[in-house]
Amino acid sequence: MSWLTAHLLTVIIFLPLAGAIVLSFLRRPPSLRWAALIFSLLTLALAVGLFVRFRPGEGMQFGENRPWIASPPIRYHLGVDGLSVILILLTAFLTPLGVLVSWTGITRRVKEFHVFLLALETGMMGVFCSLDLFLFFVFWEAMLIPMYFLIGVWGHERRVYAAIKFILYTMIGSALMLVGILFLYEKTGTFDFTQILAALSSGALAVSPAAEKWLFWAFFIAFAIKVPIFPLHTWLPDAHTEAPAAGSVILAGVLLKMGTYGILRFCLPLFPNAAREFALLVSVLAVIGIIYGSLVSMVQPDLKRLVAYSSVAHLGFVVLGIFAFNRIGIEGAIYQMANHGVSTGALFVLVGLLYDRRHTRLIREFGGLAHTIPVFSAFFMIVTLSSLGLPSLNGFVGEFLIILGAFRARAAFGALAAVGVILAAVYLLWMYQRVFLGQITRDENRTLPDCNGREKIMLLAAVGAMILMGVYPQPFLRRMDVAAAQVVERVAPGGGSAARALWSAGERSR
Amino acid sequence: METLLALILVPPLLGAALNGIWGRRFSRPLVAAAGCGAAGLSMVMALLAASAYTRAASTAPWIHTYFTWIHSGTFHADFALWYDRLTLVMTCTVTVVAFLIHVYSVGYMEHEGGFYRFFCYLNLFLFMMLLLVTAANYPLMFVGWEGVGLCSYLLIGFYFAKRSASDAGKKAFIVTRIGDAGFTVGVALLFWSLGSVDFSDVFGRVAALPPGEMQGTLTAVGVLLFLGAVGKSAQIPLYVWLPDAMEGPTPVSALIHAATMVTAGVYMVARSNVLYAHAPLALALVAATGGVTAFFSATIAVCQNDLKRMLAYSTISQIGYMFLGCGAAIFASGIFHLMTHACFKALLFLSAGSVMHAMSGELDMRKMGGLRRRMKTTWLTFLAATLAISGIPMFSGFFSKDEILAAAYNGPLGRHWLYWLGTVTAGLTAFYMFRGLFLTFHGPSRVPPELEPHVHESGRLMTGPLIVLAVFSVAAGYVSWPRALGGQEAFDRYLDPVFAASQEFVRSLVAAPAPGRLTNFSLMALSFVAALAGLGAAYWLYLASPGLPGRLAARVGWLYRLVANKYYVDEIYNALIVNPIRVASEKLLWQDIDAGLIDGGLVEGAAEVAAEVGGGLRRLQSGNIRSYAAWVLLGAVVWFGYVLLNR
Repeated sequence: MSWLTAHLLTVIIFLPLAGAIVLSFLRRPPSLRWAALIFSLLTLALAVGLFVRFRPGEGMQFGENRPWIASPPIRYHLGVDGLSVILILLTAFLTPLGVLVSWTGITRRVKEFHVFLLALETGMMGVFCSLDLFLFFVFWEAMLIPMYFLIGVWGHERRVYAAIKFILYTMIGSALMLVGILFLYEKTGTFDFTQILAALSSGALAVSPAAEKWLFWAFFIAFAIKVPIFPLHTWLPDAHTEAPAAGSVILAGVLLKMGTYGILRFCLPLFPNAAREFALLVSVLAVIGIIYGSLVSMVQPDLKRLVAYSSVAHLGFVVLGIFAFNRIGIEGAIYQMANHGVSTGALFVLVGLLYDRRHTRLIREFGGLAHTIPVFSAFFMIVTLSSLGLPSLNGFVGEFLIILGAFRARAAFGALAAVGVILAAVYLLWMYQRVFLGQITRDENRTLPDCNGREKIMLLAAVGAMILMGVYPQPFLRRMDVAAAQVVERVAPGGGSAARALWSAGERSR
Repeated sequence: METLLALILVPPLLGAALNGIWGRRFSRPLVAAAGCGAAGLSMVMALLAASAYTRAASTAPWIHTYFTWIHSGTFHADFALWYDRLTLVMTCTVTVVAFLIHVYSVGYMEHEGGFYRFFCYLNLFLFMMLLLVTAANYPLMFVGWEGVGLCSYLLIGFYFAKRSASDAGKKAFIVTRIGDAGFTVGVALLFWSLGSVDFSDVFGRVAALPPGEMQGTLTAVGVLLFLGAVGKSAQIPLYVWLPDAMEGPTPVSALIHAATMVTAGVYMVARSNVLYAHAPLALALVAATGGVTAFFSATIAVCQNDLKRMLAYSTISQIGYMFLGCGAAIFASGIFHLMTHACFKALLFLSAGSVMHAMSGELDMRKMGGLRRRMKTTWLTFLAATLAISGIPMFSGFFSKDEILAAAYNGPLGRHWLYWLGTVTAGLTAFYMFRGLFLTFHGPSRVPPELEPHVHESGRLMTGPLIVLAVFSVAAGYVSWPRALGGQEAFDRYLDPVFAASQEFVRSLVAAPAPGRLTNFSLMALSFVAALAGLGAAYWLYLASPGLPGRLAARVGWLYRLVANKYYVDEIYNALIVNPIRVASEKLLWQDIDAGLIDGGLVEGAAEVAAEVGGGLRRLQSGNIRSYAAWVLLGAVVWFGYVLLNR
């Protein structure tokens, strides 16, 4: 057990990849599906173990640090804090959902599909665990490949267009980030994030304000594309819409968070002065994202596009919370990342199940479904409510903290974000009405099957998570205290004496 | 005590879960037993808590913390409940009325589909409403606040096959959410200016402020919180959702859209009385909004022919009265009217439901008439409630409405124009209520022949609750014998521990209004005269000379059309707000900016440029040796030239 504890992160990262290798020896689709499910569930079990054993009130934990490549000195440096541990849990939670939602829908190249899905999980886990910039970049890029194929091979009608758009857009950002990483290496002689951060914060490494600005933008654009921040968002509706259900779940649930994760992990701590300088600009873009995303979402005729644009709005909330530069805003943002993963992930699961039944995503093809599939409709209602931020479900906690934090930083922006909450009700309830309420208008909809056992298990898991995270968010919030405080300390020093005390407590115990 | 308080809330939540998860497999009696049992148990617990609190003989609030809900940085909100005399009044009113309506619903919904769904929502509503009135901090109150909104949405749209029902539910949720956005921002401002959202901290810190300190901030907080109340309690300009909400089953209209949820805003203002006392400007806004809404909505009620819609506008108007009382800084008068209104308005709706049952769903009063002969109990209970709401002496509404009118006249923030507005409204109230009574139950029958044979009195499950509520509607006023008649206003005195300090503070803060010449007794006499005038006019127009209203309406056709069409407010909102947003989102934001400018122009434009450049560069790599040699030569010449020139 002690070996497992010492290498828990490595196991979590590579267990899915091991699963992918095992899968390549299997042949029959049922055994492939079960094997993929078992490996993703094992990973989930380990992630839960990691979450439980993660000690609140402390900084980086479960560190692993050994040389990988001698020259240039690239290290296999892993570690998690409250920010990453929540995203790891989210990734581990959504991957089995991705397997389950594809159970009957994916019939072509079943082996390759699941191999890519598990490889993707390894890439995502690696991104959230890496503390070496080069290692981070490797995982960041590696994860693109399986996603590219998931969209391009198993996607809908315009899948190739969407896949290429997705990968080109992301690669442009990655290229900029790589330049930034190499520049930092050039200055410090290391790729190790903790060393670079220490050098920057102690003053051992001085970067001119101009250089800091360039570096900030090099990293920030890469992450902003991923989030996506307005106006860099147009790859998202295409990718989300064309991807197969599992791809949309992972894209919306996890991949978007890599952007906000990168901003919190790298942009703010490494380049705090530039971050402060551009905070107003970024906040304006975030608010535009909230309002604009909601309004455009409202008029989409395609269910998946509607959910996709709602992600632009929700991630606008996250970015707004991050750039509030205070504990409440940042904790709300981290929590909202997880919330959005669960809620929007579940929405894509539901839309995927609907697609399996009717082979269409157009809202006007539905109507009155609550008559034929009441259980499904009830689940859809709860997930809708979670997404629109109903108090007592998960979305509210994050949005409320973000509004509080943003209000502190810039009152008008907090108020505008509150307006965004109204719009969420508009586009989601209108969609729900057109799909589920009213009379049945198409004969095809009269004979749809309601949820089967597999679907009920998936949806119960998602709904359970929503209720737990809405009623008892403390286990999550407690774990992210130090991570948020450390970011605030770098980017807005002296922003709160409480933050300072916690930060030093975290330092001492290490 | 900790357990007892929680036990008020637990049964309805369990009932909702039971019926929500397994209800489809339950038999109807089992569903009904679970639903009513949960409501009844909750009522028993509420009464036990009331007696325990009364026996404890302390007026300090009980505050019990169960677990930490949200803690982040300096922000802290617990799952904590608060119980004082105001909570006592609210929990008892809510659970008693809710239990009666649950029982009534068993009869009313007898022949409807989705029986289990109905009781699941109804129980969930009760839980959320109780959470709203027992929460010990603003965010937890907001959970109940939006929770009742959700149940309202679900129950308005209960007959979801009907387009109008699902439209109405959606409208209710969205319009109240506009107010909720204000509420959220208000809580944020409160937190950052006082450092806490707990009632005990907030009220303690505000009460300790010297007069005038932080008045601007607290006024802003007060206005923002009130915005939430305007949405939830359907006041101008956000009242438009409530009339449409009548699409829901009638017991829902009685419970949610008359007795409890819509009065949540009044409760919130009264609960925050300490805060509002330090923000007299915000309080004046509360009073003015209430007074104007009361009058405005009463004028619409006069011209409604749909029985339930008339009652809906009446509810808006009566809630306006409650805000008028609270806004005049006599908070107890608002709560008193809230309590009596819960009884008589629930009764009016339930009686209307009984009529609807008899009329096979018909609600147009022009197709009724003479029903009293066939439905004696319903007629009598409707009559009792009409007398109560019209303010006929010795019925409950008389006592509570008079307190509000006296508050508007004499209260610390009272204004004479508000008093006169309220008195005219009292006359209008009596007029439209008796008009409704006469059109429905009196005069010759106008019932369509195909419905005629079906008209019948409702069963015991429905008439039982009617009779109990009728007793309350008559008697509820006697808890507060008015001063004008030598009483002490005992109900107000009972709530003094909650309100008196704020009331006195406001009195010390503002210049006392010029003492009017009217005594309490003459105020009472005036409102009585107004009520009699309304009654008389209704009698004259609708019983004595029934042809007259039509001729009158024709004489002032434009005015009649304006009022009958509810001043075209819905049409104006649609034309000015709803449609422009929708069209602009679709045409401008999505098609022009998103698909056109950003994606088509910039993104694909960049791709095209890349393709062009790539295509151009491709020509350089033609594979033709001679052209490569030419390029090499050209490069060499340029390089030499450069070197030579820079020498």
